[in-house]
Amino acid sequence: MSRANLLWLQSGGCGGCSMSLLNAEHPDLLSTLDNAGINLLWHPSLSEQTGSEVQALLQAILADEIPLDLLCIEGSLLRGPAGTGRFHLLGGTGIAMIHWVEQLAAKARFTLAIGSCAAFGGISSAADNITDATGLQFEGELRGGLLGSDYRGGAGLPVINVAGCPTHPDWVTETLMSLVLDQPQRADFDDFHRPRLYADQLVHHGCTRNEYYEYKASAEQPGDLGCMMEHMGCLGTQAHADCNTRLWNGSGSCTRGGYACINCTAPEFEEPRHSFVETPKIAGIPVGLPTDMPKAWFVALASLSKAATPVRLRENARSEHLIYPPTLHKKNHK
Amino acid sequence: MSEQNSSGAPRRIQVGPFNRVEGDLDISLDIDQGQVRSARVNSTLYRGFEQILVGKPAMDALVYTPRICGICSLAQSVACARALASAGGVAITPNGVLSQNLLLANESLTDLLTHFYLFFMPDLARPQYQDKAWFAHVQPRFQAIRGDASREVLPARAGFLHLMGLMAGHWPHSLALQPGGSSKAVTRQERLRLISILAEFRRFLERTLFGDDLDVINSLETPQQLQQWQQQQDWQQSDLRTFLSVADDLGFARLGRATDQLLSVGNHPDADGNLLVQAGHWMPGVGTTPVDLAGIREDISHSWIDGPTGSLHPQQGITEVSLHSSEKEHAYSWCKAPRLNGHVVETGALARAVISGRPLATALMQEQGATVYSRMLVRVLELAWIIPQMQQWALQLDPQESFCQRKERLTDGEGVGLIEAARGSLGHWIRLHKGRISHYQIIAPTTWNFSPRDEQGQPGALEQALQGAPVQEGEQDPIAVQHIVRSFDPCMVCTVH
Repeated sequence: MSRANLLWLQSGGCGGCSMSLLNAEHPDLLSTLDNAGINLLWHPSLSEQTGSEVQALLQAILADEIPLDLLCIEGSLLRGPAGTGRFHLLGGTGIAMIHWVEQLAAKARFTLAIGSCAAFGGISSAADNITDATGLQFEGELRGGLLGSDYRGGAGLPVINVAGCPTHPDWVTETLMSLVLDQPQRADFDDFHRPRLYADQLVHHGCTRNEYYEYKASAEQPGDLGCMMEHMGCLGTQAHADCNTRLWNGSGSCTRGGYACINCTAPEFEEPRHSFVETPKIAGIPVGLPTDMPKAWFVALASLSKAATPVRLRENARSEHLIYPPTLHKKNHK
Repeated sequence: MSEQNSSGAPRRIQVGPFNRVEGDLDISLDIDQGQVRSARVNSTLYRGFEQILVGKPAMDALVYTPRICGICSLAQSVACARALASAGGVAITPNGVLSQNLLLANESLTDLLTHFYLFFMPDLARPQYQDKAWFAHVQPRFQAIRGDASREVLPARAGFLHLMGLMAGHWPHSLALQPGGSSKAVTRQERLRLISILAEFRRFLERTLFGDDLDVINSLETPQQLQQWQQQQDWQQSDLRTFLSVADDLGFARLGRATDQLLSVGNHPDADGNLLVQAGHWMPGVGTTPVDLAGIREDISHSWIDGPTGSLHPQQGITEVSLHSSEKEHAYSWCKAPRLNGHVVETGALARAVISGRPLATALMQEQGATVYSRMLVRVLELAWIIPQMQQWALQLDPQESFCQRKERLTDGEGVGLIEAARGSLGHWIRLHKGRISHYQIIAPTTWNFSPRDEQGQPGALEQALQGAPVQEGEQDPIAVQHIVRSFDPCMVCTVH
C-alpha cells in the first residue's frame, strides 16, 4: 500500500495543537504516523526543509507532481485587513496564507482543520474580530468560512474539524489513522464536522466530581472540590469531548485540574457573552442546562437533591481538601 | 522570491518560511562579499490579543492569554496571574508559589529540551555537512523526523509533562493558574508521583543528554573545567559532548554576536519573595545593574502599527492596526521594538545565568559574548541547574495546606506581571476598571530578541547578530543564518501576539 502524504501548515493560531500533538504517547507521534503509513511531507516544527525547499515542495504539490492526501491546517484563517490577508503572509513568499490554503485545499484528498481556530475561527476571532479570522468551512456556527460550504476534498468529504483548544493528540492521530485505514463516511462526523470518535461523548462523562453533581454540592472558589456547574462556569455537561475518559498528559483534564470546562470544542466558545468562570443564572437557575435534560426536570431534581445533600459532600464541596472521607460500612459482627 | 547574482556582487535574498521556530518568520538579507551586511526580521503574523482583551472581565484574561502561545502557554498564564494579583493586591499561598514554580519550570525545561533536539540539532544533520568527520554519527542521531534521538526524546518529554496532567489539568492552555496560586491542590499521592516523575526525567537527562550526574555538570565553573570534562570521554558518549565537539569544529563561539547586553526580570520566588533566578541588566564592562522598569519603551517606527511617532511605556502603550498601517512607509514587521533605556537587549537562558552569577556562563560571556555557542550551551545547562530545584520544590509541597488564596473580586487597579519564560523576559501590563480590563500590553521574549529597527535606526538583537554571518556562493537558505536564528529559540507567535 502506498504511503499517505501529510502536509501541515500553521496559520493564525498559537501552535498549541502542534505542541499538544508532540505529547502523543504509546507510541510517540513519529512512530504513530509511521505505523499508520503516513508520510510527513512537511510540518513546521518537525521537518528538516526550510525556506526555498518548502516553497519548492508547495509548488510541486500545486503542479500535481506530489499527491497531497492529508492537508492539516492549524490556526484560523486571517482575511484582514480589508480582505488582503496581510495579517498573515507565509514567510518568504510575500503571499497571504489564505491564498496558499485555498490553492492547496483544491489538491487535497482530505482537508483537516486542526483545533477550534482552523475549524471555526476560535480565539483569534474573539471580540471585534479585528483580523477577520475565520475557520476553513465554518465561521463560528455558520457554514461558509474560507473555503465555502460547497467545498469537498478529493475523497468527497467536507473539511474535517478536529476541534479543541488545544486538541488532544489522540483526537488528531486517531482521525488521521481512520482516514487512511478506513473508508470514512459523512456520518462519521457530527453536524459541526467533528469526528464522532471523540465528539459523541460529553466532558461530564467520567468527571471525578460526579457525586457532587448528583447532589448539587457546588464549588464556590478555585480549588474547591465540588461540582463547578452551579457557580464556576463549568460546561462539562454540554461539551462534546471525551476529556474525562481519555485524559490528558497522563492523568489530567480541566475539571481534574480544578477549573471549569469552557467547551473549547464548540464553535464560538471564545465569546461566552459572560465571564468564563462564573455561571450565568436566571432566578438562581443556571442558564445552560445539561444536554438532553428538560428544564422542569432539572429544576425539580436539583431542588430535591440539594435537600438531600449529605453533610460529607456539602462540606467537602467548598473545601480544597477532603474533610470527611466516605463513611466506612462494617459487617455487623457481634 | 530572490534576486540573485552569479558573481559575488551585492544581492538581497528573502529567507522563509523558517521552520523549527515557533510561528512564522521571514528575514530579508543584504549580502555582499560572502557576508550578511544587514538583516531585516519580519514577524509575519498579527492576531491582536491586546485588542481582544480590552473590555473583557478581569479573570477571563486567564482564558485568553495562555492562548497567545502554544509553546509558552503556561508562562503567559503565570505572567497574567501575577499581573492580576498585582492589580488586585492578591497574596499567594506558599503552596501556590511552589506550584507556579513547578509548572513554569516544567514548561520551560520541556521547551529547552525540545529546542535542542527537535529545533536546533537537525540542522547539523543536513547534507551540507556530509563531508564532516562527525557526520556519520550526527546524521542518524539528529536527522529531523528520522533520527534516533527524537524517538528517545519524545517519550521522555511526554513523561515529564505528566507533571502538567497532575498539577494543571493539561498542557498547553491550562486554567489552573490563579492570582492566589493554583486551582489544583496536590494530594499526598500526587506529590509522591511528582517526585517520581522528576527523578525519572533527571535520569533521562543524565543518561542521554549529559552523560554524567547533574551535580557534576553543575560543578563545572570555568571554560577550562568544561573542556576537561568534554575530553574525559569520547565525543559520542552523550549528546552534549557531541554538540560541544561539533560546535568547536564549526566555530559557533564566533558566530551570531549581537549587542552583548542582557536582560532578565527574575524568576522562581520562594515564599519570602527571594528570587532563584536574578533580575538585572548586564552590560559589557559594567556587569549587572538593576532593571529600570520605567525605562522600557516600545517603538513602532518600523512596525505595521498605527499611532503617533515616539515610543511609549507598556503601561501607556497602544496597539492599533489597519489596512493603512499595513502599508506604512519604512515598516516591515508586525513586531514592535522594545528598548531598555534606549538599549537593544537580548533575553533568554544565557541572560538568566549570567545575571544570576552562574560562574561558567559569566566566564563564557566575558570570553566570547553572546554567541551561538554560549546561547546553546547555557540553555542546556539550565536543565541541569533547575531540575534539582524542582525536586526540592516537589518535596516542599504541603498537601495539608492551601494552594490558592481565597479571592476577592478584582475591580480597579493597575499591575504588572514579570517572569522569565523559556525564551526570556515576559511582561504583562494591565489596568482594570470596574472589574473589566481597560488596558493590556504584553512584551514577550522574542519581541525583545527579534524586534525591528527603532526610530534611531538601531537594528534589533537578531538583526545585529546576523550582520557578518558567512554566506556561501549561491546559498538560498544560508546555513549560518539558520544556526544564528535558532540559537535564540524564537517564538514568533508570542512576539506579536
